[in-house]
Amino acid sequence: MRLTEDSLQTDHLAIETIGLRKQFGSKVAVRGLSLQVRRGKIFGFLGPNGAGKSTSIKMLLGLVKPTSGQAQILGHPYSNVEVRRKVGFLPEDFRFYDWLTASELLALHGRLAGLTQAQLHDRVPAYIDLVGLTPHRDRRLRGFSKGMMQRIGLAQALIHEPELVFLDEPTSGLDPMGRHLVRDIIRNERQRGATVFLNSHLLSEVEITCDTVVFIKHGEVVASRDLRSSPDGEIQVHVRAHNLRQDLLLGIAEWTTSAQIVDDLLSFATGSRDTLPQILRYLVSSNVDVFEFTPQHLSLEESFLKIMGEDQGL
Amino acid sequence: MTQLWIIARITFQEAARRKILWTALLTAAAFLALFGTGMHFQVRSPHFANIPPLIRNQILSTMLQVGFYAIDMLAVLMTVLTSVDSLSGEIASSTIQAVATKPIHRWQLLLGKWLGFAAMIAAYVALVFAGVFAVGYFIGDLRQHNALQGASLIYLECLIVLTATFLFGTVFSTLTNGVIVLGLHGLAFIGGWLEQIGSVTQSDRLINLGIFSSILMPTESVWRRASYVMQSSIARTIDLSPFGTRSAPSVTMILYAILYLLIALSLALYRFQQRDL
Repeated sequence: MRLTEDSLQTDHLAIETIGLRKQFGSKVAVRGLSLQVRRGKIFGFLGPNGAGKSTSIKMLLGLVKPTSGQAQILGHPYSNVEVRRKVGFLPEDFRFYDWLTASELLALHGRLAGLTQAQLHDRVPAYIDLVGLTPHRDRRLRGFSKGMMQRIGLAQALIHEPELVFLDEPTSGLDPMGRHLVRDIIRNERQRGATVFLNSHLLSEVEITCDTVVFIKHGEVVASRDLRSSPDGEIQVHVRAHNLRQDLLLGIAEWTTSAQIVDDLLSFATGSRDTLPQILRYLVSSNVDVFEFTPQHLSLEESFLKIMGEDQGL
Repeated sequence: MTQLWIIARITFQEAARRKILWTALLTAAAFLALFGTGMHFQVRSPHFANIPPLIRNQILSTMLQVGFYAIDMLAVLMTVLTSVDSLSGEIASSTIQAVATKPIHRWQLLLGKWLGFAAMIAAYVALVFAGVFAVGYFIGDLRQHNALQGASLIYLECLIVLTATFLFGTVFSTLTNGVIVLGLHGLAFIGGWLEQIGSVTQSDRLINLGIFSSILMPTESVWRRASYVMQSSIARTIDLSPFGTRSAPSVTMILYAILYLLIALSLALYRFQQRDL
């Protein structure tokens, strides 16, 4: 499938991929990733280990060549080198020459991103301060802890004030204060109008921070959730009743997902609590004798576990 | 082009901090001290003054050739050991990711690294070559022939080794890369000797084997050319030392070596462009 002319004109998208696939020999790492990320949003990219998250990010950043499919970054093909002036990236395990000081490292990455000497003069101390490393700005990286490396890595990803930032596990190795700081920085990025593509295993962090999340499994998007329009998340409902019939599932399909009837128990999930009275009215009007109607909110973690199924031990 | 120079500069700084470079410099300093002391004892030896001047000069010239041979070997080893993990190591440790995702072309990244190492090797070769030259000049009172040409050829040899290390670094792991490049250099060394022996015994088969090994890896040919141009015409005629050159590779062979370097560098750039990081 090719990107259509319409899709090429989608200025509101920071990222658009269609059928992005990566195969290493006979092993398929990413089966066919199709997603759209709107500009100015904080986008969570979730999936179990081995789901193809890192490979997907690497393809979008031009580190890994896709086997097939297409991807656009800020309206340009992913392979466009110039567009990377507007892109920042914090790798999962950020490392660099350990003889550099924090200030030297930031200046180097700033220069590579195209900043002028005058800009570096202002931004290097400002971004070191942003990530809380001012007391360590002249210290060599070899003395840095993993958390400090994550912080300086975050600063190098942001120093050129990119329009799109990829953060791969930004809070790994950080203490609670560090995690709080990263959350604040991500929010600041949104206020600045930047798009943040966040890959994190800490679902509670994602739930607090992100506008939208997608779940990927075997290199494909299997579900997505808009955390702002339905802040309560998915609601799982158990209904204990008599006269349950299979045709009821069709009747409630417009409000529900994954509905099933086992004996006297009807279970379904719905995206909004506003639908609950309508569903209940429909059941009663369909001569179902309802004894129990129990809605339960699913946290992002519960949704994740439900969508991903059994632990694959990866 | 700015990106290219940023990478070249940081690579030079990184390479200049490698312990292996300082070890190679210390080894070279120890060698020069030993070599200088040896030449001093030789010049001051009471029997040495009784030797005819032509033979005396030949003995000192041979000692100087040994000196250049030793620093050539050190320079090649230092080149391989400092650069062997530059690509494969940084790819394996993911260090390269933060740089490769900046607005920089892959060719700029690889060529910048190559230039950084080339500058560091130039400084090393210049320093150790000057050391041997100074020992010959101040202690042995020898005026080395074509010193600049000789030093340039030794540098060319190191650049070929560097480029081969970069090329194999785009494909293999650090250890495999090191084994391949040093193995090829060893092969060229043996081939060079076979060719030399073949030229003395007039065995075409040995000469052909030597040429074949030079085509595979032209480093030894470049060294033998360097050794040849640095010898005086009299020394070339009567030289019987194992460090001189009886069968000198032609200028065409040097042109081939330059072409070899350019092709290897182009292949490294192509391969690096294609590979996943």
